Parts: sequence; structure tokens; C-alpha cells
Amino acid sequence: MRKGIRNWGPPLLLVSPTVVILGIFVYGLIGANVSVSLSDRHSLQPAENFVGLDNYFALFAEERFLHSLYNLGMFTLFFIVGTMVFGFLWAWMLDKGVSAEGVFRSVYLFPMAISFVASGVVWRWLLNSAEGDRASGLNRIFESLGLGFLQNPWWSDPTWGMAAIALPAIWQLSGYVMALFLSGFRGIPEELREAARMDGASEWKLYRHVIFPQLSPVALSALIIVGHMSLKVFDLIMAITKAIYQTEVPATYLWVALTSNDYAKAATIATILLLFVAVLIVPYLIYTARSEKAER
Amino acid sequence: MRKPLSLIAGAAVLGLALAGCSTGGGESDPGNADQVEVFTWWASGSEKVGLDALVKVFNEQYPDIEFINASVAGGAGSNAKAALASRLEANDPPDTFQAHAGAELTDYINAGQLQDLSSFYEEQGLTDVFPASLIEQLTVDGAIYSVPSNIHRANVTWVNTAVLEGAGIDPTKAPADIDAWIDDLQKLKDSGVESPLALGTEWTQMQLLENVLIADLGAEGYSGLWTGDTAWDSDGVKTAVDHYGELMKFVNSDFAGLEWDAATQILLDGNAGYNVMGDWAEAAFVQAGQTYGDEYTTWPTPGTDGVFDFLADSFTLPVGAPHEQAAKDWLTTISSAEGQKAFNIAKGSIPARTDATASDYPAYQQTAITSFADDTVVSSLAHGAAASISWSGDISSAVGKFGTDKDAASLVSALVAAADKALG
Repeated sequence: MRKGIRNWGPPLLLVSPTVVILGIFVYGLIGANVSVSLSDRHSLQPAENFVGLDNYFALFAEERFLHSLYNLGMFTLFFIVGTMVFGFLWAWMLDKGVSAEGVFRSVYLFPMAISFVASGVVWRWLLNSAEGDRASGLNRIFESLGLGFLQNPWWSDPTWGMAAIALPAIWQLSGYVMALFLSGFRGIPEELREAARMDGASEWKLYRHVIFPQLSPVALSALIIVGHMSLKVFDLIMAITKAIYQTEVPATYLWVALTSNDYAKAATIATILLLFVAVLIVPYLIYTARSEKAER
Repeated sequence: MRKPLSLIAGAAVLGLALAGCSTGGGESDPGNADQVEVFTWWASGSEKVGLDALVKVFNEQYPDIEFINASVAGGAGSNAKAALASRLEANDPPDTFQAHAGAELTDYINAGQLQDLSSFYEEQGLTDVFPASLIEQLTVDGAIYSVPSNIHRANVTWVNTAVLEGAGIDPTKAPADIDAWIDDLQKLKDSGVESPLALGTEWTQMQLLENVLIADLGAEGYSGLWTGDTAWDSDGVKTAVDHYGELMKFVNSDFAGLEWDAATQILLDGNAGYNVMGDWAEAAFVQAGQTYGDEYTTWPTPGTDGVFDFLADSFTLPVGAPHEQAAKDWLTTISSAEGQKAFNIAKGSIPARTDATASDYPAYQQTAITSFADDTVVSSLAHGAAASISWSGDISSAVGKFGTDKDAASLVSALVAAADKALG
């Protein structure tokens, strides 16, 4: 018995502050948030009734919320495809061997050092939708290069607008995805490539059967990281357009609901966002836990 | 031994520094009666200048009371409102806080967070010096919960005289109604002005719509929208929405991303003929060195002549304010003739009191003072006077949607739904 305490006592003592703090400030607050989302607290007054899932049904029946989901979907699609494609291309080109690799690496990785808010302010100007005489930003550049036909309303376009919002995000995170892929490439032993070449594999077959399969865990991690960042997007949109209907995503809608004192609605959106992220993250955590166990 | 000692010493110094931050100058102390903590979002520009002028008068009138500035910057007040909500939630209210007068206070009133100031109005004789129509707009179920420090007008059309003259339009005479205005806009467009009407982001669109609603429904019909007397699917509203859609054909394509000052700048630069904006825009023209009546002029938005679409910054007395008497002293200062004069000349607005001397103010303000005394006063939607925060939020989103799809029928049905939700 005493030996038992000696064994698990000190480690428990060591982690207990973290457990308590996490318990209160993460899980406790998630619980509090969920309980608000199940109440009818639509104003500054205290909640009166437990309303079950009414707020969730009301939200999914709301045109405005569906619009924000559509926007989020568009953004996520372009953001993930963009960062994965560019990240992979750059990593592949660097892996093929270029001179001054260090310079390229820093150039591509550098945008990550800038916050979404700071780059959002710059891109707000670059993505200005005025055309012709009053054009500025990218439209002005197109105009002065004689490429006037390329001018477009950017994020003001009702259907494709969110793709324009994704541009700064792609610019910022492609370098990170590149770094992930590059480490993946570098993690593949040279012997494997040599062996494949000895066996007469063409360059394409080498990539198709030897290298790509080994990159898939890296690709999955990149997808998860970029994907969950995309679902949470808030600061970028606030910096570029502020909270307006046209570029509304669940996170900015949450802010609007909260500042108009509709606590129950804000809590409901927050819970839905948490579920979205969980849907993405939890299977990933299970997968990594399993594969770690398998390796052991 | 030395290392832990220096660590402890370091921690102690850090602790002291942090303690210094929290108690050093300018912190509200409930035990000290000679303090007043005033919560605003006036942290920069002409608003900060106005607040400073107000504080100067306050210090003269009440030299014993320490003024504690609890302003929260940014986001046109939305950051401040979020900070305020959490303070009220935690039962830690400031002694007085700034809010738009009118319906925006509804949420606080319903939650029982504000004190009734009717007796204060009587003590100070404010019921006599504020116009009766203003008192009426401020009264909620027989009680008044805020004291306005200034009045702004939201139905002002700013006109670039040179642009209009270029198209052969007389800038000094306002078109009689929206239809006549649309004809003038068409003339401007035909003469080569690409976007004759400068427009900005969501709330400025909402302000334009509210101007059109006043023009088409009249003062009484418009005020009825907020009490349920005017139906949101009535023919008048449908006409207004159609008019609004017509006007949207003459606006700059990049409106969705522009703050109001960027939209006004289009007019200043001569790329537009008109801009509908509240009278705080005056400061932009003055800063650009333009003269009223010369390079620019104003008239009430066509069809709204004789109506004063008002909004006001005002101060409240929260329940449980730690320094209640000092807060009342602050309210006395901001409602006094002297306080209103100092503040409004600095901020570019007009005083709520009718006994102000008009000649103290610049040219535009003089016209506004006259109208405020004579016209019918209605409450502005875009600035929290007419509808509660959540109602105007719903309208704002519907207007933003219309900006992209131009679907009049869906705008009307969204407006009806918003009103049904708000009026219950």
C-alpha cells in the first residue's frame, strides 16, 4: 500500500494542478457553454427555461446560419486545396534540389510569422473591389499592367467571394504545409529510392509506389491542422471585411450574436463549432494513438 | 542557495509591479465617494476631444470629484459593449456608461440594470429644456433611463456642388421626393459620373434604407414601424424597398468593404454627387478645408424635409453604481448648458437643449439646431434609437444580403420576420 502511494503519488501531485486547471477552465467552461445553449437566455436577463435542442433546430432552420455554413464550406475547400497543392509543390521542388534552398524555405515560411489580423489589413487593401478609375490594390496592378480584364470584385462576389478571402490564408499557411511535406520527403531514406531505381522503377513509379505512400501520414497531419484552423476562421475575416452578412462564417456570427446579447444563440454556435472541430480531430487522435501502439 | 533566493526576489518584484498596475492611479474605489468612473468608447479623434472638453467643464463644476476614464477603444463601440456586458454580468457596473439613447437600452432596462432617471429630469428641469418630442422618444413605459449629451441627425444628404453643376443640376435645391432624386441620379450617371451615390458598409446601407423609409412612409408611418402600428409588408414599405433597390443601382461597386469615412471621401474627391450620412461627416469636410455652401452643401434626404432623424449619445445610471451621487453630478454636467456647449462644439454635434445659442456653432450645426427645434423628431434605426440591438442586427443582416442578391421580395419577408421576432 505504502509502496503504491510512493509509486503514483508524486506523479499525481505533479500533474494535479494541470488537471484541476484544465478541468475548470476547459471542460468546466465547455459544460457551462453547452448548458447555456440548452437554455432560453436570449437577452441580458437570466435564463428561465431548459429548452433542450430547440436552439440547435432553430439555428439550422435559419437561412442566415446556413449561409454562414456555405461560406465556411467554400473557404475551407479553397483553403485546404490551396495550401495542400502549393505546399506539396514547393516541397517537391525543393526536394528535387535547387540552389539556395535555405532562402526559398525562409521566403515560403515567412508569412506564417505574421498574424492573420496583420495580413488581413494588408489584404483588405489588396482585395479592394473597386474597378476602373477608383481601383486600388490588385485591381490597380492589373489595370496598370494592361490586364484590366482580370479585374474582379474579389470577396464582394456573392458566390465565389469566400475564395478570395481564402487567398491570404493560403498565402500564409502554404509555407507551413511545405515544411511538413519537406520533412516527410527528407524522412524517406535514400536507400529506398536507390533500391527502387535499381529495380528499374521509372521516376513516376518511384513517386507513386515508394514516396507517396510514405508521405500519407504527413499529408493527414497537414490536412487536420489546416482543416481545424479553417473551421475556426475569425480574425482574418474580421480584419478584411468586419462582421458583415456577405462574408459571415459561424465564428463571426457567434460574435454578432454575443454582442447583441443573445447568449443562447452564441453558445449554440460555439458548441456546433466545437463539434465540427471534434469531428475532424477525434478520429485523427484515435488513428495516431492506434498507429503508435502498433509500432510499439 | 543563491539561485532560489534570486528567483524568489524576482517573483516578488514581478508581484509588486503587477500590484502597482492594478492599484496605481485611475482605479475606481467604492469606499471613496469623491470619484466617478465613466465608461465610454470615446477614445480617439473628435470624440476624444469632446470627452476632454466635457471633463474640463466637469472639473470646474465639481472640483472635488476625481474623474476616472474607463473608455474602451475600437470597433465603433462594439468592443466597449462586450466589455460592459461582462462587467454588468459580474455585478461590477461603472458609475455611468455611454449608450445610444432609445431602444438600444431596452435589453439593459428589461434586465433591471438601469435606474429610472425621471426624478432627476424633474429636479434639473430637463423636461422643460429638452424638446417634448425628444422626451417622448426617450421615455420607456413612463420612465427615462438616460441623459443625452448630444444630438446627431441621420437624414442628411451631403452634396458635392461641383459634380452636380457639371451635370446641370442645381445643388442648392433638394429634389422633392425619392423619384425626383432618382431622376437626378440618372442625369449624373448620363453625364459620366460612374457612381453618383457614395455608399459604405452594412450600417450605412441600413441608414440609407431608413432614410428612404422615412421619405415614403412619413414621420408617423415610420415611427409606427417600431411599435407595430405600421405593417412591415404594407405597400409603403414595399415602395420604399423598391426605391432603395433603384438607389442601389447608382452606388459604387465596392460599397460592402467601405467604412463611412471612405464612402464620404468618394464624394470629397468628386467621384460621386451624393452621400447619405449623419452629421458627424461634417468634420471630414472641414478637415479637407472645404466651405459649407461652397464646395459642399447639405439638405435633408429628399422626401424627409421637416423630419429630424435623431440619434444621441447618452449616459445612464446603472443599478448598484458604486458612486451614485457623483454619477448624478456627472449627469448634471453633461445635461447643463455649459457642458453641452463644450462637448458639442468639439464633437461637431448639436446640444439636446433648446436654450442653446445657435450662433455659438458653425454653419451646418446652426441649420441642424433650427430643424431640431422645429421638425418632427423620429428615431434612427442604424444608430440604436429605434430598435433593440438584436432587432437592428437582424435588419442589418437582411440589408447586407440585399446588397448582394438585390432580391426585394426576400428583403421584405426578412424585415417582416425580424419585426415579428422583436415585437413578439
